[in-house]
Amino acid sequence: MMSPSGISHSGMLHIRARLRRADDFELNVDSALPLDGVTALFGRSGCGKTTLLRVIAGLERAQDATVRFAGTSWQQGRRQFVPLHKRRIGLVFQEHSLLPHLSANDNLLYGYRRTPEALRRLHPAEVTAMLGIDDLLERRIDQLSGGQRQRLSLGRALLISPQLLLLDEPLAALDTQTKREIMPFLSRMAAQSGVPIIMVSHAPEEVERLADRVAFMHAGQIERVESLHAALARPDSPLFDDAGAASVLEGRLGEVEADGMRRFGSAGAALWVSGDTAGDAVQPRNTRLRILARDVSLSLDAPHRISIQNHLPVTIERIDPPRHHRTVVACRTADQQLLLAEVTPRAVSQLGLAPGQHVYALIKSVALLI
Amino acid sequence: MFSLGPAEWQAISVTFRLCLYTTLILLVLATPIAWWLAQGRSTARIVVQAIVALPLVLPPTVLGFYLLVVLGPRGVVGETLERIGLHHLAFTFEGILIASVLYSMPFAVQPLTEAFNNLGRRPVEVASSLGAGFADRFFSVIFPLTRGGFVVAATLTFAHTLGEFGVILMLGGSIPGETKVLSVLIYDHAEAMNYDAAHSLSLMLLIFAFVTLFVVYSINRRLAVARL
Repeated sequence: MMSPSGISHSGMLHIRARLRRADDFELNVDSALPLDGVTALFGRSGCGKTTLLRVIAGLERAQDATVRFAGTSWQQGRRQFVPLHKRRIGLVFQEHSLLPHLSANDNLLYGYRRTPEALRRLHPAEVTAMLGIDDLLERRIDQLSGGQRQRLSLGRALLISPQLLLLDEPLAALDTQTKREIMPFLSRMAAQSGVPIIMVSHAPEEVERLADRVAFMHAGQIERVESLHAALARPDSPLFDDAGAASVLEGRLGEVEADGMRRFGSAGAALWVSGDTAGDAVQPRNTRLRILARDVSLSLDAPHRISIQNHLPVTIERIDPPRHHRTVVACRTADQQLLLAEVTPRAVSQLGLAPGQHVYALIKSVALLI
Repeated sequence: MFSLGPAEWQAISVTFRLCLYTTLILLVLATPIAWWLAQGRSTARIVVQAIVALPLVLPPTVLGFYLLVVLGPRGVVGETLERIGLHHLAFTFEGILIASVLYSMPFAVQPLTEAFNNLGRRPVEVASSLGAGFADRFFSVIFPLTRGGFVVAATLTFAHTLGEFGVILMLGGSIPGETKVLSVLIYDHAEAMNYDAAHSLSLMLLIFAFVTLFVVYSINRRLAVARL
């Protein structure tokens, strides 16, 4: 429906695309993705996530595709096509995307210099501070670590003041340590830049840490788009396929205390997190905590004299039917966040667990990945 | 032995101009062809690739013969030129320049295609996403990153044009100051039993060719002529 002002479906990215490739792969998408926050395209390798991203960017020419960005048409089949350099899309790939013949600083400013002054909303000073790359700019590209290169790529993409940021598995090529180091920057960037982000990922951990909503892809199709909270609330979520059920708590991360621990959460639901898992950002900030259900146990009594530091009073909301001899118990914390615990069916019957019951959730602190 | 007479200097001048113009023209022509060839593997591309490579396998006389037929006074191009009041192209410098461009085409196209293939699409896509249009991308990303390919293409084209003989003899004959290049002059000297003169020019070309190939191989081993 067109509104009288002529602007319709603003704030949405509409994609209709069919693409058949020689290797029998077929992309078939007809979807609208909201343009705010972080949307993850999640699915297994080869399900078409990257191809879809390339169609959105205009790098993959699907002949009869329709792509409309917040009311502006980017592609109408063969009739109309806006080339990538006029779409103002920030693009960040897995790896190797810095221009090797330019210095770090020239890479950073490559797009900024080509952005008309009137369109510049983000500027080098704030972006380099946001991503912690001030000190890198004098260096040569080959002197940067993988994580530093990725942060530089992110900064370079942000400095065109993009209307949309497309991230193609930006962390996939990094080792676990570097991933953890870069995560806080990514989430801060998502929160502070105000640029909508579409991120391709096959790693539940990345999605749970960064995304606001998830588009689940399978065999070239988007099967459903739902909020991260909705995706984490259903027991059959594809996010749980590999590492099992997990929940995401949102809260404020405090300063590092004398013993290296950091407080996380609200007054009613505080947890202790070991400091060295917190990346290199030491300032207190709002963040998410990903907790695997198998690292959460339940107790009927308030636990005393036990090495596990973290216990939260919770209310059982739902007990899922057992799968593979494990039962997932969905609980609400005092501040109404969902926390999943994985216990054995025997424990459920021995403790007499039932919805509505008040119990204590015990969480191993080592399980808390920032 | 190395005293060069006016005839030698004239041949050197014709040869040098021929090589220089051929190289400049080919860099302009071969770049878009090589770029297009590097973009995929369609049948059309294979056809063009094969046509471009033909001079590598054909006897130069075959190319020279067809060019004589087409560019000469009775040929399609030659006749048209005559009709609009111009001269046909057989036995002219312009004629052998066209022949050189076609004959040396693979030596420009193949190293450039190779360089563009090695470049991959990532840097170009990055530059596009950062707001660079095509010309901007070419000069700020593609050219700086494939410079080695351009150096190899230019050097090989120049050197290969220097070595032309058959095509020029067929199409250009041996007109001093117009089509008499060094290779033809050496042939003339040898025919006239003037071995000293033939020797000094031959040795010059030999040294020049070696130095050129040495430079090319040291600049970029990956884009070696062995792949041609």
